[in-house]
Amino acid sequence: MIAAYLEIRDGKIKKSSLEALSEARRRAGELGLEAAAVLVGDSVAGLAPAAFGLGIAKVYVIEGPEFAAYSPQAYAIALAGFAAEAKPLALFFAATSMGRDLAPRVAARLGAGLASDCVKVAVKDGALEFTRPIYAGKAFLSLRLTSSPQLATLRPNVFPLADEAAVSGEPIRVAVDVPAEAVKGRVTEVVKEESAEIDVTEADIVVSGGRGLKGPEAFGLLRDLAAVLPRAAVGASRSAVDSGWIGHQHQVGQTGKTVSPLLYMAVGISGAIQHLAGMSSSKFIVAVNKDPEAPIMKVADYAIVGDLFEVVPKLTEELKKALAE
Amino acid sequence: MNMLVFVKRVPDTESRIRIQHETRTILEDGLNFVISPYDEYAVEEALRIKEAKGGTVRVVAVGRDEAATVLRKCLAMGADEAFLVKDDAPETYDGLRTARIIARAVERKLGGADLLLFGKQSVGADNGQVPAMAAELLGLPQATVVTKLEIDGASATALREIEGGLEKVALTLPAVVTAQKGLNEPRYETLKGIMAAKKKPVPVITLDELGLGAGDLASAVEVTGLDVPAARQAGRMLQGDPAEAARELVRLLRNEAKVI
Repeated sequence: MIAAYLEIRDGKIKKSSLEALSEARRRAGELGLEAAAVLVGDSVAGLAPAAFGLGIAKVYVIEGPEFAAYSPQAYAIALAGFAAEAKPLALFFAATSMGRDLAPRVAARLGAGLASDCVKVAVKDGALEFTRPIYAGKAFLSLRLTSSPQLATLRPNVFPLADEAAVSGEPIRVAVDVPAEAVKGRVTEVVKEESAEIDVTEADIVVSGGRGLKGPEAFGLLRDLAAVLPRAAVGASRSAVDSGWIGHQHQVGQTGKTVSPLLYMAVGISGAIQHLAGMSSSKFIVAVNKDPEAPIMKVADYAIVGDLFEVVPKLTEELKKALAE
Repeated sequence: MNMLVFVKRVPDTESRIRIQHETRTILEDGLNFVISPYDEYAVEEALRIKEAKGGTVRVVAVGRDEAATVLRKCLAMGADEAFLVKDDAPETYDGLRTARIIARAVERKLGGADLLLFGKQSVGADNGQVPAMAAELLGLPQATVVTKLEIDGASATALREIEGGLEKVALTLPAVVTAQKGLNEPRYETLKGIMAAKKKPVPVITLDELGLGAGDLASAVEVTGLDVPAARQAGRMLQGDPAEAARELVRLLRNEAKVI
C-alpha cells in the first residue's frame, strides 16, 4: 500500500494533499498495490468522500479531541499508529508547513528514511525512486529509501490531481492512544495574514520584485498586477527583502522559498544565482528589466527590455483587458 | 537558560554547484564555506535569550574537522562553548542518521538543555529533517520555522510561519525550536570576539564515545542519481514602446505559452 496523509486546514483537505494522494494512486497502480488516505483530527471522517472521489476506497481515520489542535507530537503518534496497523510500503505528505513539520517526526518514530520536498516519484526496477532539489534547485538528487516504510514529502503544485473516479468506501477507524504526558507542545492559535494573499509556494503565478523597484512603494504596482491574475502571489528578491521593502515570507531564492509556478514574472530582478536557484523550475518565466544583459534575461521565455515603472502599469491594463474577454 | 545550538558548515548561497558524476557528489573545489544562514539566526536568538535571562550558549556541529571554522565563528559571536561531533562520512542526505548522532550526543555528552535551537534547514541538503527528528528521538516538543520566540519560565511561545499566516505554538521546556529568517538580525563578530575565539578549545566528541554502532550510522538513503538541471534557454526579447511590448507579451502568454 502507498498512503497519503491528508492535511486539513479550515475544515477542508488541502489541495496539495490531494496532489500527494493522486501521486500515491499512480505509483501504487504501477506497483500493483492499493492506495490509501489517512485523516487525523477531532471529527474528520466526514471528509473521507474527497478521497473516495479520487478513486481511493481505503480511508483511515484517527479521531479524537486530542487531535483538535495540531501537535506534531500527537499527530506523529497517530500516524505511527496507522503505519503499525496498515504497514504501508510508503507514506506521502504534502511538503507544506505542516507536512515538513510532521513527516520528520513520524520518520524518527518509525525509524524510517524520509525524502524531503520531492518533485518526482518514479518506479524503477520495482522500487520507488524519489527526485528532489538540493541547493534550492541548483542540483537534483535521485534516491531510494531502504527503510520500511518509506516516507516522502511532495512539493505542492508539481504533481497533477488524479482524474475523478468515484468509488464507494467506509472510513476505517484506527484507535490510537496518546498519553497526555507525551504532548508538550501544540498550536494554540492560527493568525491569518490580513491581506489573505496566497503563499508564493502555492500560487499558480508569482509576480516578484527586486532592487529595480527602488523602494517599497513600487510593490504596489506588482500587487495591482497580481490582483488581475488568477491565483497569483507577490514575491521578492533577497535584496528587496533585506532592504525592508517587503516581508521575508515573500522571498524567493536560496534563503527564501523555492517556487515552481506556471508563470513567474521577475520585475526589476537582475537574477543573482541564489535567486535563479529558487525559481528556475517555473514552467514559464517572464522578465521585465531595463538591462538586456541581466542574468535573468538569459533564463526568461519572454523578456521586456524597458522601465518597469512604465511597463508594469501597461501590462496590468493589457492583462485586465485580455482576461475580461 | 541552558541552550544548545546546532550548526552546519555549507557552501555559501552564491556558489555555483558542480557535480562529480562518478561518485555522485558535489565538487568542493573552489566553494566558499560558511555557517548555514538559518543557523546564524539560531545562534543570535540564543545569545539574545542569554543576554535577557542569563544562562549558557553551547554550539555543536556534526561533521569533519573543517566544521570547527563555523564553531569558531559562533564563539566569536559570543557563544560560551563549542563542540565538534566528528563524523567523517560524506553527505548522506539522511536526516535520521544525523538526528541519531545529535540525540545521542545530547543524552550522553552534553547533559541536555532547556532549549535546543537549529536553523530551519541546512542550506544545501535542504532536508529540514534533523531538528524534528532529534526532537522525536529525545521526546521533546518542537516549533519549526519560527519568526518569534518568547520564553516565560519553563514554557515558551513561538510563532511559526505557515502558508498565508502564522501559527502560535505553546511549548513546555525543554523544547526544540528552528529559526526562520525574520527571527532576528544576527550580529557581526567583534575583533575582540574573534581573538578570544581563537584561544578557546573546541573539544571533539567521537562517534565511538557516543556508542553508536554500524546499525545506528547506516543511511536509509541510497543515492541513485545527482545532476544539475539543464540550463534554460533565453527566449524572446521584446523591446520598444512599453504599451506595445506589454500587448505583445500578453498575446504570447495567451496564444503561445497558454498560461492565461
